Amino acid sequence: MKLWLALAILATAVLAAVSLFVGVSDVSLSALLAGTASPQAQLVLVASRVPRTVALILAGSGMAVCGTLMQMIMRNRFVDPSTAGTVEAARFGMLMVLIFAPGLPLVAKMLVAAAFALAGTFILLLILKQVPLRTPVLVPLIGIMLGAVINAALLFIAYRYDLTQSVLAWTMGDFSTVLRGRYEILWVAFALTIAAYVAADQFTVAGLGESFATNLGLNYRRAMALGLTLVAMVTASVVVTVGVALFLGLIVPNLVSLIAGDNLRRTLPWTAVGGAALLLACDLVGRLIIPPYEIPVGTVLGVIGPIAFLFLVLRRGARVA
Amino acid sequence: MSPDFERRRARLVLALLAVAAAIAVLAFMTLGARGSWSFVLSFRGAKLAVLVLVAYAIAVSTVLFQTITGNRVLTPSLMGFDQLYMLLQTALVFLWGARGLTLLDPRALFALNVGVMVAFSLLLYRLLFARAGNSLHLLMLAGIVLGLLFRSLTTLLQRLINPNDFAVVQDRMFANFNGADGQLTLTCAALVLVVTLGLWRLSSTFDVLALGRDPAISLGVNHHRTVTLILMLVVALVAACTALVGPITFFGLLVANLAYLVMPSGKHRHTLPAAVLIAILFLVGGQTVLERVFAFNTALALVIEFLGGLAFILIVLKGRVR
Amino acid sequence: MIEIRNVAKSYGKVRVVDDVTLTIARGGLTSLVGPNGAGKSTLLSIAARLIPADTGTVSVDGLDVARTPSDQLARRLAILRQDNHVTARLNVRDLVAFGRYPHSKGRPTAEDRTHVERALAYMDLDGLADRFLDELSGGQRQRAFIAMTLCQETDYLLLDEPLNNLDIRHGVELMKLLRRAATELGKTVVLVLHDVNFASSYSDRIIAMRSGRVVLAGTPDEVMTPDNLSDVFGCRFDVHTIAGKRIATYFS
Repeated sequence: MKLWLALAILATAVLAAVSLFVGVSDVSLSALLAGTASPQAQLVLVASRVPRTVALILAGSGMAVCGTLMQMIMRNRFVDPSTAGTVEAARFGMLMVLIFAPGLPLVAKMLVAAAFALAGTFILLLILKQVPLRTPVLVPLIGIMLGAVINAALLFIAYRYDLTQSVLAWTMGDFSTVLRGRYEILWVAFALTIAAYVAADQFTVAGLGESFATNLGLNYRRAMALGLTLVAMVTASVVVTVGVALFLGLIVPNLVSLIAGDNLRRTLPWTAVGGAALLLACDLVGRLIIPPYEIPVGTVLGVIGPIAFLFLVLRRGARVA
Repeated sequence: MSPDFERRRARLVLALLAVAAAIAVLAFMTLGARGSWSFVLSFRGAKLAVLVLVAYAIAVSTVLFQTITGNRVLTPSLMGFDQLYMLLQTALVFLWGARGLTLLDPRALFALNVGVMVAFSLLLYRLLFARAGNSLHLLMLAGIVLGLLFRSLTTLLQRLINPNDFAVVQDRMFANFNGADGQLTLTCAALVLVVTLGLWRLSSTFDVLALGRDPAISLGVNHHRTVTLILMLVVALVAACTALVGPITFFGLLVANLAYLVMPSGKHRHTLPAAVLIAILFLVGGQTVLERVFAFNTALALVIEFLGGLAFILIVLKGRVR
Repeated sequence: MIEIRNVAKSYGKVRVVDDVTLTIARGGLTSLVGPNGAGKSTLLSIAARLIPADTGTVSVDGLDVARTPSDQLARRLAILRQDNHVTARLNVRDLVAFGRYPHSKGRPTAEDRTHVERALAYMDLDGLADRFLDELSGGQRQRAFIAMTLCQETDYLLLDEPLNNLDIRHGVELMKLLRRAATELGKTVVLVLHDVNFASSYSDRIIAMRSGRVVLAGTPDEVMTPDNLSDVFGCRFDVHTIAGKRIATYFS
């Protein structure tokens, strides 16, 4: 198991290395090593390629781990920040900041967005409490609808304040604009992902359900609150920096769960590595399809994500969760 | 409720709705008009035609789709049909190349588009219902996710066709009620007319089909054939209104369920006209209020999306879905 | 000692547990019996702080279950409810290992692992340890849940219908195991049982409930009489003595 994980990390590192050297400007490895690379190439590498690659890794692993946490806490295979209204709520928070306190530093913006994201998730939980008859697919169904309602309100307000362009930028999942100095908040997401790993057992126990968790002496509500707060903050930091990647938090966790199960202490590293690898791969595809132009990774995942999700729902939906 | 009372009540509600819709139309045409009347009337008349056509197409297609699928939450747009239209339109441009298309008569292109759309939707419908037909929730989720997929594919194709033009990517996320040109309006009106004639001939089967597959068959309706025909006509209506204004996800759901709510019975001779009148009232009235009172131009789709989404959640919450 | 004092619980207008006062002494095996809807499961869940009581208190070794920190209770008392739906995809060994969570908080020691392997062996799960829960039959899954509860190594063990889904062999073996735990290790075992003969054969005490109240409490010999049983269950019983045990038949 350890060996395989090492191999997976290695494969992801290869993807990351490729990501450093693919793009419009020519940055070649041999020139760099020989010390003959032009100053411009060096600048591209340090100011654009490295931040972009790091951002992809941090956002990918963070969103995938978020998906797992939500799935354990809500005990449903089909929720992730993009099917539970969380992403839209975070965006709504961003808009509020933009309108009422545009001067806030980025960290404060992120925290406001996180607070809204958390509120959005709780609204979903409240709505779900009212549903008399729950089937596994009902949860993402209502989640997506809630997201659509929040989104409509968001666009309406954005339209009134003439902020539509900024709002749409948050939906793209575009890493081409990631530069040094503009992505560092994703390290917060990374720290939170590590925190999730430290508390992994709590979330596995919570995933057993309230009775089991209480029997084992876990404060179920506190674990839920902790997990959803982590999810909200990671989601918010991804939304404020690069926009979102649809269903990333669904594909990777479900694959990992099918292969290795749900003991998070063991599987979360896989989920994180898988998320990073998938996002890196999608970004590379987006860069290679029509050079010198780029297709945002959000669009690439927007095609892959729903296909994978449909496959999961139709295959797994009737049976599990 | 006695049949007599029911008929009188239905007539009364329809009359009230008709008066309300007429007032909305009148207000739309006259409120805040400045300058030459002939210009105002022809300018607003073109827009009114689009709104009424769209209202009619969405109301009729949604009610009939719900009849043949036997539930009151699924709508063609929730199944991703209007996103499919957008995708096919883009795919045609992509495959043909923009230059090839300009040689083609726009009306022939539209016909081609609708034809492909009908074929694809039938395929999609059969596939989905074969795979997920036993669970309505699963069906809805699959439809919504398919809609997302079609939208992403459309975006992807648009990028491939024209990588420089980032503007095209997002501007069709929500419907736009201002942009349709006269030629297209006429073509769509013709299509809607043809579809309506087709539906008229099938109209005697609607109430029977609403009973479900088995009773309909035992009452002598050729179920498979009739449902397929109605579905094709419904898809053509969806194509017409998507071509005019773009995708509107929740509007059909809203008007159909309001129509069921205000009419004393589920008979199509009551619900269909009620849905159409409610749709006109909403679209024309809503546009009038937003445009003339609040001076917003393109926000109507967002308001509809907001209210429709809330309505959807409420309907699911009430547990009428199974 | 578990002390239940004036506990009541209603769902809507239905009074499920109606002013129950009951003491379960330390050590020994106690069975709760009674018809459907008598309030046995609810009482057990209240005693294990899974459900809050409307009124009244429950204390375990003098600790009020509603007030004592949950993790402290988890080292003293374990409960398994019936109808467990676990959606998380865990293999059997991992699930059982979570029984050690109250002790090790997810950082299992060598000692914890010994406990896990022993619990697996007790429940005859060695061959299934690496299988996922969703690949098991209902009875196998039930054994995995019981193994997890045993692994918690608590003085008090509360099991709601533990024999559900178990075949005869595994049912009898579980009862023998619990009997041994009570006699040799001094554990306090409380079971909700459907089968009065299982209760009669293995219990030190039987408590019978009906309509939310305790109607009888005593040794199997005291409780297992035709009159008592037909009073509790509302149908006819014959009671025989076979190999020193009181066995009821209810087919006449």
